Amino acid sequence: MFDFGIITGWIHTQLTSVMSEQLAIFLECVIVGILLLLVYVIVAIIMIYMERKVCAAFQCRLGPTRVGPWGSLQVFCDVFKMLTKEIITVRHSDKFLYNLAPFIVILASVMAFACIPMSRGLEILDFNVGVFFFMAASSIGIVGILLAGWSSNSKFSLIGAMRSGAQMISYELSVGLSILTIVVLTDTMQFSEIVMRQEDGWFIFKGHIPAVISFIIYLIAANAEVNRGPFDLPEAESELTAGYHTEYSGMHFGLFYVAEFVNLFIVSSIAATIFLGGWMPLHIPGLDGFNAVMDWIPGFVWYFAKAFFVVWLLMWIKWTFPRLRIDQILTLEWKYLVPIGLANLLLMVIVVVFKLHF
Amino acid sequence: MNITLDLIIFAVLAVFIVVSAILAVSTRRILRSATYLLFVLFGTAGIYFQLNYSFLGAVQLLIYAGGITVLYVFSILLTSSEGDQAEHLKKGKFIAGLTATLAAMGICLFVMLKHKFLQPVFEHGELPVRDIGHALMSTEKYGYVLPFEVISVLLLACIIGGIMIARKR
Repeated sequence: MFDFGIITGWIHTQLTSVMSEQLAIFLECVIVGILLLLVYVIVAIIMIYMERKVCAAFQCRLGPTRVGPWGSLQVFCDVFKMLTKEIITVRHSDKFLYNLAPFIVILASVMAFACIPMSRGLEILDFNVGVFFFMAASSIGIVGILLAGWSSNSKFSLIGAMRSGAQMISYELSVGLSILTIVVLTDTMQFSEIVMRQEDGWFIFKGHIPAVISFIIYLIAANAEVNRGPFDLPEAESELTAGYHTEYSGMHFGLFYVAEFVNLFIVSSIAATIFLGGWMPLHIPGLDGFNAVMDWIPGFVWYFAKAFFVVWLLMWIKWTFPRLRIDQILTLEWKYLVPIGLANLLLMVIVVVFKLHF
Repeated sequence: MNITLDLIIFAVLAVFIVVSAILAVSTRRILRSATYLLFVLFGTAGIYFQLNYSFLGAVQLLIYAGGITVLYVFSILLTSSEGDQAEHLKKGKFIAGLTATLAAMGICLFVMLKHKFLQPVFEHGELPVRDIGHALMSTEKYGYVLPFEVISVLLLACIIGGIMIARKR
């Protein structure tokens, strides 16, 4: 497996040879930040294109076909359209909070995005409480959504924001419980370490029954947490026009839109990292030849393949099921997913204590 | 005194925290005040991260920024109407508040400048989560199992109280 740490270490030694170490670290931070935002935008563009094509396929349509080959330039055109649109300010709204809200949502999303290891040596934020930090970072987005709903000075936005807040706070619990189940199995919270422990089999195979249960719970809860799929009540366009971002236009709306799609990618790649091994290739203990062949495929290819597979699963769910009512959503969470998650956590503890896992 | 990157980052964070804190008490709109409070908490988390104590930083973000501030914002959304603005403070109240603040600041400064701190022992690398977990659940000296359990009982009481109040009958 190729270690990107060699490249980054080489860059660091080259920089420190021409300047002081602190300046080098500062420069590296700036470069990493720019690269992170670049990857963020590229992922967003791929996600929007994929959403259109997958949605079209499930509805027996073709999706975008006109602009560029297979409509692949459509998203770029849309971005330019969004950039040239006027940013409308609503009268009697709190201008400061109104302009701030999209940036809080983006901030939370970028911070969560930075936690994910993309390949060996390509980790940006790799704390030993990585999982915990990820949940903390993603919980900040709720504040942005609530502020957006409030400061728009519109009833639809406010109702959308309240629904969204209630839903995201509730489902964060299930996401946390299902991630915790895997943390019990790994006894580490560091993302890079979690990936390394899956060298002899991904956790969904190693943890068998409880891992599969928590994977399913995670998929449902994560889908609800990013306000998508059958849980897209906060922006149910038939009843609330567009939810919390009704009053936003131009690039401010664009930021919410991008954050929503990248959040979908982030939860998918967390699922890929903690259940499906992240950038770790498929290894089967005993079959050394097979493992060696799998190692030839680079880590980031594995990572993106798994992440986009989970994204595809979630899109499939989104375009298949009808939307739930708000009471059904909260019932599903509090009466079914949380008790199942807690029992599953106990089951995982039993499995780990009696060493029943592989 | 040479200027290091650490010092610059600390200065930026400190100025950010102080400015946000002042704005939080001086703004007249309650939701803006909550937002500035959020910034103060972000800044504090930043200082924890700078001290390499990522656990406390993450806790700060999760509990205070992601939990308590959301709770504040929720209760503001549910209780106050839009366009609510606090009245101007009366002069007496303003002076009383300012005196109390200055007095508190004086006491803090006095204590911090007078106190002889232990020699800072800076350990590189993060504190392992395992140590934190053992400290939280241990019953020995410096163990936190009793406060931990007391807080959980308190939270349980809060949940039951909330349900009792929210119940229709």
